[in-house]
Amino acid sequence: MSNIPIEAYLIVSAIMFFAGIYGFLSRRNMLTILMSLELMLNAADINFVVFNRYLYPGQLDGTFFALFAIGVSAAETAIAIAIIINIYRNLKNIYVDEVNKMKF
Amino acid sequence: MAEQIIFYILAIVIVAFSILSVVSRRILRSATYLLFVLIATAGLYLMMGYQFLAAVQISVYAGGIMVLYIFSILLTSHAGDKAKPVSWKRLLPAGIASILGLLICAHIIYHNVSKVISLQPFQEPTMQEIGMTMMGTGKYQYLLPFEAISILLLVCIVGAIIIARKR
Repeated sequence: MSNIPIEAYLIVSAIMFFAGIYGFLSRRNMLTILMSLELMLNAADINFVVFNRYLYPGQLDGTFFALFAIGVSAAETAIAIAIIINIYRNLKNIYVDEVNKMKF
Repeated sequence: MAEQIIFYILAIVIVAFSILSVVSRRILRSATYLLFVLIATAGLYLMMGYQFLAAVQISVYAGGIMVLYIFSILLTSHAGDKAKPVSWKRLLPAGIASILGLLICAHIIYHNVSKVISLQPFQEPTMQEIGMTMMGTGKYQYLLPFEAISILLLVCIVGAIIIARKR
């Protein structure tokens, strides 16, 4: 087997997570904010799977947590995109600093 | 050796495209970069030996969610649109927060994660084992979360239809 250290995987997922945080704080478009959120969720999934593989190779706990996290993130994305499209239909705008009217 | 080269390629793809995807001004391009990141993540899962998880990652994330993103991007903006430039007052705190957090995390990972942990050979989980784990009710089996997530998806379908329908 190969001997890639566990730190290498963790550093990759940490960089991915903080790229997501940078996008979440700096972007103004709702869809790109949602994409940054997706990056953060994906980094967390990588961490679950890596710890499962390296610390408890005989069990499947981390794998199943990642599976359920993928399912939850799919549900969350569908709802969020429905809300964003509804906002766009009503206000013709999806920039978070210009949408300041929540009463339709 | 070959696995290390593959890991380096995947790591470089993930790092480069995740950073590009949050700094790119064109929103459709940043969605495409996010797609590359998700596919490279599926490659990492394959390297660790979880074929089922890699297949789920590609079919749900790269197949389902990204199509949803690209449709909604095309619905809400014109192709070739550039995002409005963001002022330095917004960019600077975001950059400082993410770089500081990354430094703290890198420090913790480098000094506190024990270096003696090495990759032990293991039996790749078979499809039957995964199915039994997902459908069983015993210890370390996941029937209850499976049912909970199916109800969550049902509620989510109904909610999405109600939110996005025409009045």
